[in-house]
Amino acid sequence: MPEPPSFDEAPLVLRAKAGDDTAFADLVKHYERRIFRLAKNITQNDEDAEDVLQESFMKSYENLDRFQGNSKFYTWLVRIAVNEALMKLRKRKSDKSVSLDEQLDTGEDTLVREIAVWDDDPEQKYSQEELRSILDNAVSSLEPIYSTVFQLRDVDELSTEETAEVLGISVPAVKSRLLRARLQLREKLTRFFQRKGDDVFAYL
Amino acid sequence: MTSLLTCKDFLRELNEFLDPGSTDPAARQELEKHVNECPNCWVVVDTTKKTLKVFKGMQASEVPSRIKDRLMAALERKMASRKPGGCGGGDTHAS
Repeated sequence: MPEPPSFDEAPLVLRAKAGDDTAFADLVKHYERRIFRLAKNITQNDEDAEDVLQESFMKSYENLDRFQGNSKFYTWLVRIAVNEALMKLRKRKSDKSVSLDEQLDTGEDTLVREIAVWDDDPEQKYSQEELRSILDNAVSSLEPIYSTVFQLRDVDELSTEETAEVLGISVPAVKSRLLRARLQLREKLTRFFQRKGDDVFAYL
Repeated sequence: MTSLLTCKDFLRELNEFLDPGSTDPAARQELEKHVNECPNCWVVVDTTKKTLKVFKGMQASEVPSRIKDRLMAALERKMASRKPGGCGGGDTHAS
C-alpha cells in the first residue's frame, strides 16, 4: 500500500513545538512504522528495535525545542534513531554486526549472477501479504550497512546527502552501498519475479 | 563505433544511469550506448528499475500493537509530567 503522498509534517511540528501533545502523538503515529523498520534493519533484533523506537520518540519529545527546522523533522528523528540503534549495537558484547561507519571495498565484486527477464508488473503475481513478506525477507537478509542505506534512500526517499548525514558516513560511501544494496536485492527478487519459462537455474 | 565500456564499467555507473540528472551528457551517452548494445546489462537495468518500483510502493509493516501501546503509555507519562503542576499521572490521551 503506498504511503499517503500528501502528508505535510510542518504544521504538526509547529503545533507540537508550541506544546500541543496531540500533534506530537500524530507525528509518532505517522512515523512509528518507518522508525521501527529502520531500528530493525540496524539492530536485526526485535527487542532492541522496540527499545530504539521508544527511546527515539522520547528523546525527540524531550528535545523538541532544540529542533530548529533546518531539516525535515523526519530526518532529525532518523538521526536520533540511528544513534540509539548504534548504541544498542555497541552494548552487545558478542557483537558481530558491522558498524555503519566501517570502510568498505569499492565494489569490485559488484554482484550480478542472475540474468533473467522479469514480468512487466512482477508485483501483480502476488497478494499484498505475500509481496510484503517477499520484500521484507529480501531486505532483512542484507547486511545492516546495505539495508539501512537502501531504506533511507530508496524507500523513505531521503537525498544522498541527507542519508550520509544521518548515518555519519560519506557521500561516496552512501553511493557505493546503495549500488550494492540495489544489486543484491535485484538478485534476491529474481527467483520470485522472473518471467515464466526463463529458468534461472538453467545455467547450473 | 561500438561502446568502449565493459559491463563492469557499466555496472559501476549503474546508479548514475538510474538516477537521471546525476551524470554529464557525454558520459550518459556512453552508458546509453552500452545498454542498447548489451542484452545482459539491459536486463540488469530493467530488473533493477523494477526492484526500485516495487519497493517504492511498500509501506512499512504495522508496529505490533503491544509495542505501540507501550510507546504511547511511556509518552503520555512523560507528557503528563511536563504539564504545569503535573505529577506524572495526567490524562493526555492522544486521540
